[in-house]
Amino acid sequence: MSTADTPKRSMRTPLGRVRNLGAAHSGTSDFWRQRLTAVAMVLLMIPVLVIIMMLLGRNQAGAKQILGSLPVAIIMLLFIIASAWHMKIGMQVVIEDYVHNEKLKLVSIMANNFFSIAVALASIYAILQLSSGV
Amino acid sequence: MALSIVHRATGIALYVGTLLLVWWLVAAASGPAAYANVQAFTGSIIGRLIVFGYTWALMHHMLSGIRHFVWDLGYGFKANEREALTWGAAIGGIVLTVLIWIIAYMIGGGR
Ligand code: HEM
Ligand code: HEM
Repeated sequence: MSTADTPKRSMRTPLGRVRNLGAAHSGTSDFWRQRLTAVAMVLLMIPVLVIIMMLLGRNQAGAKQILGSLPVAIIMLLFIIASAWHMKIGMQVVIEDYVHNEKLKLVSIMANNFFSIAVALASIYAILQLSSGV
Repeated sequence: MALSIVHRATGIALYVGTLLLVWWLVAAASGPAAYANVQAFTGSIIGRLIVFGYTWALMHHMLSGIRHFVWDLGYGFKANEREALTWGAAIGGIVLTVLIWIIAYMIGGGR
């Protein structure tokens, strides 16, 4: 179970644990980055939903025109970067919880990194291509 | 806590579901034929169910994640507060999903 769920273990709140770690007080943790990317996605959720609504029922030419416009492309890029990063950290936590064989754990974590990076790169490439109109 | 495992399960479902996002974006970038393929899939019953499921997973996971933020900040640990947060996320996720799909059908169906 996640640390956030088990306050009994420590008197410090999870935020208390990461406070002062920033700005070179010994580096920030994946914990912090997972929160950072999650907050980013919450902030981006309404614009992203609006974009999806705009795309519904349109053909490729229409979708291309919308996805290729600068504000839409930027919002999509931000959302994709945040989610790919967030899901990579999240899945690593899940793997560390369930996979106890050291070699299998290593392979799983590697596969997780490859998958997340591939998802991010393919999406980013597609959006950039739509934006530059090639 | 039962809902924590749902948070985890939806997180994993969202992880796998990014494949659909990639397929869709790459198809939009590749051309009309590829895009029509995606639309044929998302327009099918199975496709609709998957996208509906994805919407719910996203909405539930988001609200449940916000619940985690409340705990991260050190609030909401009392038994009744935990209950309220948990039910709020569970019901809110369903309500948001249905709302979004009503709007989506009003807009998408009109085109
Ligand atoms: C929309 C806003 C989102 C919020 C607010 C959010 C919030 C969170 C939080 C707070 C956690 C940590 C939970 C813990 O400490 O146990 C988490 C875990 C996770 N999230 Fe998200 N998330 C969001 C979107 C996403 C998306 C889009 C994906 C996948 C593409 C995703 C995948 C995951 C995964 C795989 C985990 C790990 C699950 C676990 O450790 O049990 N999340 N999320
Ligand atoms: C979170 C809110 C979302 C809602 C409410 C939603 C709703 C819908 C609906 C109602 C349609 C059918 C539209 C039509 O054919 O007229 C649709 C199509 C589609 N959705 Fe979503 N969706 C959401 C998120 C996503 C996500 C995250 C993805 C990618 C992983 C996605 C991918 C698609 C694709 C590829 C189509 C086909 C495009 C089209 O038919 O015009 N959707 N969506």
